[in-house]
Amino acid sequence: MTIGIVSYGAYVPRYRIKIEEIARVWGDNAEALKSGLKVYEKSVPDIDEDAATIAVEAARFAMARSGVDPARIGAVYTGSESHPYAVKPTSTIVAQAIGATPHMTAADFEFACKAGTAAVQACMGLVGSGMIDLGLAIGADVSQGAPSDALEYTAAAGGVACLIGRKESELAAIIEDTYSFTTDTPDFWRREGMPYPEHGGRFTGEPGYFKHVTNGAKGLLEKLGTKPEDYDYAVFHQPNGKFPSKAAKILGFTKAQIAPGLVVPKIGNTYSGSCLMGIAATLDQAKPGDRIFATAFGSGAGSDAFSITVTDRIEEIRNRAPKVSELIKDPIYIDYARYAKHKGKIRLA
Amino acid sequence: MRDVAIIGVKNTKFGELWERSLRDIVVEAGIGAIQDAGVSGKDISALYVGNMSGGRFIEQEHIGALIADYSGLSKNLHVPATRVEAACASGGLALRQAIMSVASGYSDIVVAAGAEKMTDVGSEEASSALAAAADREWEGMAGATFPGLYAMIARLHMHRYGTTSEQLAEVAVKNHKNGSLNPIAQYRNRITVDDVLNSIMVADPLHIYDCSPITDGASAVVLAPADVAHKYTDTPIYIKATAQASDTIALHDRRDITTLDATVMAAKRAYSMAKLGPEDIDVVEVHDCFTIAEICAIEDLGFAEKGKGGIVTANGETAIGGRIPVNTSGGLKACGHPVGATGIKQAVEITTQLRGEAGKRQVDGAEYGMTHNVGGSGATAVIHIFSRER
Amino acid sequence: MSSVPRFWRSLGSRYNLEGTRCKECGEYYYPPRNFCVNCRRGGHIEPYNFKGTGEIISYTIIHTAAEGFEGQTPYTLAIIQLDEGPSLTSQVIGDPEKIHIGMRVRSVFRKLGEDGERGMIYYGTKFVPADPE
Repeated sequence: MTIGIVSYGAYVPRYRIKIEEIARVWGDNAEALKSGLKVYEKSVPDIDEDAATIAVEAARFAMARSGVDPARIGAVYTGSESHPYAVKPTSTIVAQAIGATPHMTAADFEFACKAGTAAVQACMGLVGSGMIDLGLAIGADVSQGAPSDALEYTAAAGGVACLIGRKESELAAIIEDTYSFTTDTPDFWRREGMPYPEHGGRFTGEPGYFKHVTNGAKGLLEKLGTKPEDYDYAVFHQPNGKFPSKAAKILGFTKAQIAPGLVVPKIGNTYSGSCLMGIAATLDQAKPGDRIFATAFGSGAGSDAFSITVTDRIEEIRNRAPKVSELIKDPIYIDYARYAKHKGKIRLA
Repeated sequence: MRDVAIIGVKNTKFGELWERSLRDIVVEAGIGAIQDAGVSGKDISALYVGNMSGGRFIEQEHIGALIADYSGLSKNLHVPATRVEAACASGGLALRQAIMSVASGYSDIVVAAGAEKMTDVGSEEASSALAAAADREWEGMAGATFPGLYAMIARLHMHRYGTTSEQLAEVAVKNHKNGSLNPIAQYRNRITVDDVLNSIMVADPLHIYDCSPITDGASAVVLAPADVAHKYTDTPIYIKATAQASDTIALHDRRDITTLDATVMAAKRAYSMAKLGPEDIDVVEVHDCFTIAEICAIEDLGFAEKGKGGIVTANGETAIGGRIPVNTSGGLKACGHPVGATGIKQAVEITTQLRGEAGKRQVDGAEYGMTHNVGGSGATAVIHIFSRER
Repeated sequence: MSSVPRFWRSLGSRYNLEGTRCKECGEYYYPPRNFCVNCRRGGHIEPYNFKGTGEIISYTIIHTAAEGFEGQTPYTLAIIQLDEGPSLTSQVIGDPEKIHIGMRVRSVFRKLGEDGERGMIYYGTKFVPADPE
């Protein structure tokens, strides 16, 4: 049974704040931060944007790109760590806004930054088993970093939607297989009702990101019997510009392979949208026959690895909705005060 | 149909009346009008009260019954009492209902009152209550405010006709000048064009001084059949016309947002009923909830060509002593705008003018007067024409 | 708004610009109407989904917010005429200096407001300039 990506859509808010501006407020060394994180600015949602509005915009672009009838969608799953409601799914808002309701299932996902790819896997299962015709998986976030904390420099906003199906003539990219590596590792978390997450500092590196990404990636390569050089592109979860480069090096992928998908320096870490944003940016310019290896990471912790082959249909559909590069050019720069206002960091009466 | 006359009038002071409740001010106005008319409670056939939002302002509905009770008209006399609501045109519409009940022969002596007690809630709550005069679902939910709606009218009027912010400001300046001559006005201070232009921007291009205030106040008139009016007063003032028209509730559904079709239509009906034209009117009270509203009103009532309202105002043609004095009371801007009372206050002012009792605000030799009362952004317009001679 | 059923009833119209049109006279209605203003009882109303493109008829920049919109000032409010004919009132997102009468706009999905910290979040349609600045 062939399963794959029928369509995809991305959305990034227009506002940006520069590392220098955040550093100015907290008295940090901007140059050291930029060179340490390899992130220069991050996206900021408008005052009336949240994970649901971003999910809807990304989903609408995915629908416009594909042209399929929304009534064929059998499931909508949205992954986020900043769902607007603690109880009341983002996925039903998205489903209503794209005209997919009511003959379908929906639920929300949470697994830190890999909630979006977990949603992709769930859709793959429902589609692959024949239970549904098409599934829409979305990763979208307006993640919060605690003021003056290191994560404040990278916690950004954005989302990507992937429409999963099995009709070969409709697939823009085939997902050959997926593999996950999951453990109970408390490297980063947020308690119910708390506005900002906690993280383990350097503990999030080796025991968190690198252990799961490398095991997840190796697991899939072994399962498929493929090697890094068999792929044209690679995408790794991008919490900053350094981790994906290091992961690529450890596994044997090159800088050139990860370059098109590496968007974090310009927009920051879009959390549940992060790995999917790299996949979308790669699909925006991949040629039919190109192979893409992607590994997402979510704190808590786990990785989802995917092996993807691009088909001829990518060229038919690619230009029907904005590319990631189009979405992120022409940003509007704002200062810390405006950023705090947009992010709800100022307590209103 | 009988002719109808006004035989008694009274306004309370308009302003922030912290010590007075709604009941206090309506009774003061009602009793004052009855005394002015020289009638007694036993003579009254019916009471009509204009009140927009007792529910939101003082959590009280059943306003007709409340006012009749506190005016001493219900326990023993059981006078029929009706509350009339048409947003900011509640007062004008209450007057119209009262006129029709006398003209038809159903009632003889009728009191038409209007009142609003707006300062018992904070100004955000008051603004929100007023916003119910617009389309709550499709204007309110989009973030529209009343200044915002009229600001969009102003913006297009300026774009299309070249009306300027200075010309808008001249409306406020003139009305404050008139208000300074009106003992009951909320604002008695004179202001300049610069004062208006330098005041804070509420909804571009309208500054705070382009907007009418939040006000407490009450007004009342007593009506009688014209045939018997001379029994009560030497100066009955006659109703030559009563007219009303509706238009879409939402501004975005109007044919042309710079013209209030309800005003145009009500004016046409009023002039036709009175067999008069704009050139016959000597003094007029128009609905200046915002300065742009007065400019549109003088155009839509036929006192200025469409688009020329700003120029006419800036030329002084609408000042006391000008070609067509507008809002000698100070208008909604300076006299104040206790929503339900305004339409009745306008009738009190015109009656006072035609009686020759307007003191320093007097328009010499005024024979015909007009009142123009609008609900919301123009969904209701009520117009009356009054005359000194029958 | 503080009324769950009232908002829920208009969800399709707010999210997806679902309106109506009259088959008899061809008039389009957004917000939707069940009763044709021209034909009245002689009308034949059917559903219609608007494309979401139009132009600005007039606008203002609101500095004193409506209830529930306090954290959003200053915001631009406009009357927009949709290409199919009817006009609606909506916020326009974008640089207020660049907004002008006649500007082409297109619809986007945004948060309209919320009923305090504990209440419902209201989503709907706003507009952005159609041509990139």
